[in-house]
Amino acid sequence: MTRALRQQRLPILAVVACALMAAAIASIAYVAPVDANQGLSQKIFYFHVPIALTAYAFFAWGAWKALRVLWKRDEAADLESYVAIHQGVIFGVLTLVTGSIWAKISWGVWWAWSSNQLVLFLVLFLFYAAYFMLRYSVDPGPQRANLCAVYALFGVALIPVSFLAIRLANDFIHPTVFTSNGPQMSGRMFFAFCLSWAAMLALAASLYHVELAGKRLDSRLRELREVLAR
Amino acid sequence: MTASEKYVAAAYAFVFVVVLLYVLIIATKLARLEREVAELTELARERRVAEPERKAVAVG
Repeated sequence: MTRALRQQRLPILAVVACALMAAAIASIAYVAPVDANQGLSQKIFYFHVPIALTAYAFFAWGAWKALRVLWKRDEAADLESYVAIHQGVIFGVLTLVTGSIWAKISWGVWWAWSSNQLVLFLVLFLFYAAYFMLRYSVDPGPQRANLCAVYALFGVALIPVSFLAIRLANDFIHPTVFTSNGPQMSGRMFFAFCLSWAAMLALAASLYHVELAGKRLDSRLRELREVLAR
Repeated sequence: MTASEKYVAAAYAFVFVVVLLYVLIIATKLARLEREVAELTELARERRVAEPERKAVAVG
């Protein structure tokens, strides 16, 4: 039963992601009230923030797998770290674009260089975008795995900096929703946000496992081709 | 449609398009892997057919 469930993990995850996404969109449209200050444009928050948090989660997961590469000499963790960072970069693009659209309607500009939160997220994104340049400039093998793991671990230090910068530097442009007093929103808004975040995490987990399965299959086929060519 | 509605629709549409594009890329990759599996299966079948002949030569 457990083995059958494990084999069916990806389709189950995809179905859960679809169901949660539908529920999240319905709750954003019908449950969450229209914000008194920002109006309808605040609805971007329900996708923008979960996407950003998912990007952070992917970078942290990539760093955890990188740590396993260095600590346990786990060869499979190198591929898992790479896929996590790849997904993190995709979610990073989504964060930057949805944030930019929200900035345009709220602040009248696409980007504000004076906001520490925005600039630090861009730095984090560019740091991880450069990871691929490093990875593809070194031949596959233990040396590449070690270099990439060290780089991924350095990057994870930027996550708390990016997350806390807004709180430490009194960033007045970018809103702070989660403070030490809890979430600064109504119960229905918080419910819609939590549902959106759960949906985004389920979608992210599905995409992660699909990409990982594809990469593993690719690698095994390459091995098989080499064996058959002998 | 108000300006707010347009921007909200644009943000959500962008996320949808990126996910769709990702699925498209994965589908293309899956098609390539399927072709490779077919090629390797053919290669393995050819080798299996050739195998008894090689064995016969070795024994003789």
